[in-house]
Amino acid sequence: MNLLEARNISKSFGGIRALDACSITVKQGTITGLIGPNGSGKTTLFNIITGYERLDQGDIRFDGQSITNATPDKVFRLGIGRTFQLTRIFPRLTVLENMHVAAQRKGTRALLSRWSSSHEQRRALDLLDFVGITHLKDVPAANLSYGQKKLLEFAYILIAEPQVILLDEPAGGINPTMINHLSERIRMLNERGVTFLVVEHNLEFVMGLCDTVMVLHRGAKIAEGTPEEVRKNPAVLEAYLGD
Amino acid sequence: MRKVSKGIAPSALDRIVAYLENRRAKSMVKIGGLLVLLIVALGLPQVFSDPLTTDVAVLALLYAAAATGWNIFSGFTGYIALGHAVYFGVGSYAIALLAQDWNVPGGYEPFLLVPLAGLIAAAFAVPFGWIALRTRRHTFVVITIATFFIMQLMAYNLRNITNGSAGLSLPLPSYDWGKNFNLPLYSFFNLPFYYVALAILLLALGTAWWIRNSKYGLSLLAIRDDEDRALGLGVKTGPFKLIAFVLSAFFVGMVGAVHAYFQGSIFPPFAFDALFDVSIALMGFMGGLGTLSGPILGAIILVPAQQYSTLWLSDSGFYLIAYGALFLAVILLLPEGIVPTLRKLWLKWRASRSNIQEIPTAVTPTNGNQEDILVAEGPGRRDGVNL
Repeated sequence: MNLLEARNISKSFGGIRALDACSITVKQGTITGLIGPNGSGKTTLFNIITGYERLDQGDIRFDGQSITNATPDKVFRLGIGRTFQLTRIFPRLTVLENMHVAAQRKGTRALLSRWSSSHEQRRALDLLDFVGITHLKDVPAANLSYGQKKLLEFAYILIAEPQVILLDEPAGGINPTMINHLSERIRMLNERGVTFLVVEHNLEFVMGLCDTVMVLHRGAKIAEGTPEEVRKNPAVLEAYLGD
Repeated sequence: MRKVSKGIAPSALDRIVAYLENRRAKSMVKIGGLLVLLIVALGLPQVFSDPLTTDVAVLALLYAAAATGWNIFSGFTGYIALGHAVYFGVGSYAIALLAQDWNVPGGYEPFLLVPLAGLIAAAFAVPFGWIALRTRRHTFVVITIATFFIMQLMAYNLRNITNGSAGLSLPLPSYDWGKNFNLPLYSFFNLPFYYVALAILLLALGTAWWIRNSKYGLSLLAIRDDEDRALGLGVKTGPFKLIAFVLSAFFVGMVGAVHAYFQGSIFPPFAFDALFDVSIALMGFMGGLGTLSGPILGAIILVPAQQYSTLWLSDSGFYLIAYGALFLAVILLLPEGIVPTLRKLWLKWRASRSNIQEIPTAVTPTNGNQEDILVAEGPGRRDGVNL
């Protein structure tokens, strides 16, 4: 079943066509990779899906429901979480406070009660433990290393229990041990039913992790298949190496 | 807690016990300190009944309340509003006009109009906030300043309502206040104003404290750190910012109303005073933006300083230059404010004494089962009181 579906997405910035009738589908329960050379439109596609950019043309569906041009908060509340290429955490809040920002509550009255409610607190600590940074819970997030910030951003998205997580270059700029640690976590979550869409330049990481890989080039999808198929696809080689 | 402590060495257990005791002791000290401060605040005008002193005390409390209200918006969200004199002025004019239209006599009655004046100021804040909050950073600051000039001009020119530059006068406070106490009148004139100002300050402080510890307050702090990121985590940034803005206008409006009654008359340049905009922001910056005690500390330092310098140097306006210089000094030398700087120094001093690294920096991400003893304590409570 297609959990996330973007059809014929077009988006221009001034005269530059970032996305040109681009269509992608993400099946439920998969880890889907999205690769492509720099400037091929991967991050723009992420921004459009998560409501940070408005699209010029096209249609986005999530779980059968249209989310075309929905606002970021609505997209998140529907169950699509994302990380950013340049990790974005709340630097002056502690690690634990960061975790609580994303915890969703229903009703206005819930907003007036303490942010550190006991069941959310337990869940936040569990998730910090899951990514391995519990010992940093009272540290201002600004003091974390780059890799730890990535883990924090990953963890605080999980607190809202999203159905799909969009990861924008999760392996960028972190050491190999951390990369293994992260892909292990992604697999564990995937086994529990979370779907992933991963943008990544580290092909080894993508090929080892993903069930399906899609390749973007100049704002359009040029290939899709298993990592093996994509690796052998001449159009992909052309896009990466040619002109 | 107990389950966990079974397996670990006694030294670690000692550490946990000491940790908990320390935490309890800390909150005891905090509550005790607050009580002492409250008693001092309640008793102050009884001890120092000289009207010159109580005059300054009333103003200090009014400014502390206004700065605390301003801080609920600007301190928590990071949007620096420099136009809150609008709500101070609206509160002033609201109480004057209401007292006039309803023929409210002087005495305790006008104080009943204060919350209403606050609500009217808050009502003005809805459209102004809605417009200004479409923008961010410098643009936001400029728009708030613009709203201030618009309102000052209106106060001058809508003569049918505001009586223009001739101003409005309020009912005279009752001269019976001192009668029950068998003391000379002049030493009692300021007392009702003092306690009303204290009540508004406590209300503003309580609200700020509540917000700081609530989920809503955490969302405001997230907006301060990275607004777009907060939006992408389901935080309703638009309405949240506006609510904080309106709330801060409510407190500043009440302060304006009490101030107007205290002064007895209002004129456009004093009701809508650019210096007020800068003053409450300076108090917030100086004490510590986003802290609970910072704006109060700023007001307690700045108001007496301003009053006495006016007294010494007469109306030469020298204090205006001093204000500007001080603002510059605070931004350059003490950008975090007094309270956060002191807190940092204290942490540093404690860390150097106990030789324990306060902030763990390098860490290898394993499965998280290192000697994380404190982690197992379950839903830990962290009282976020920012004293």
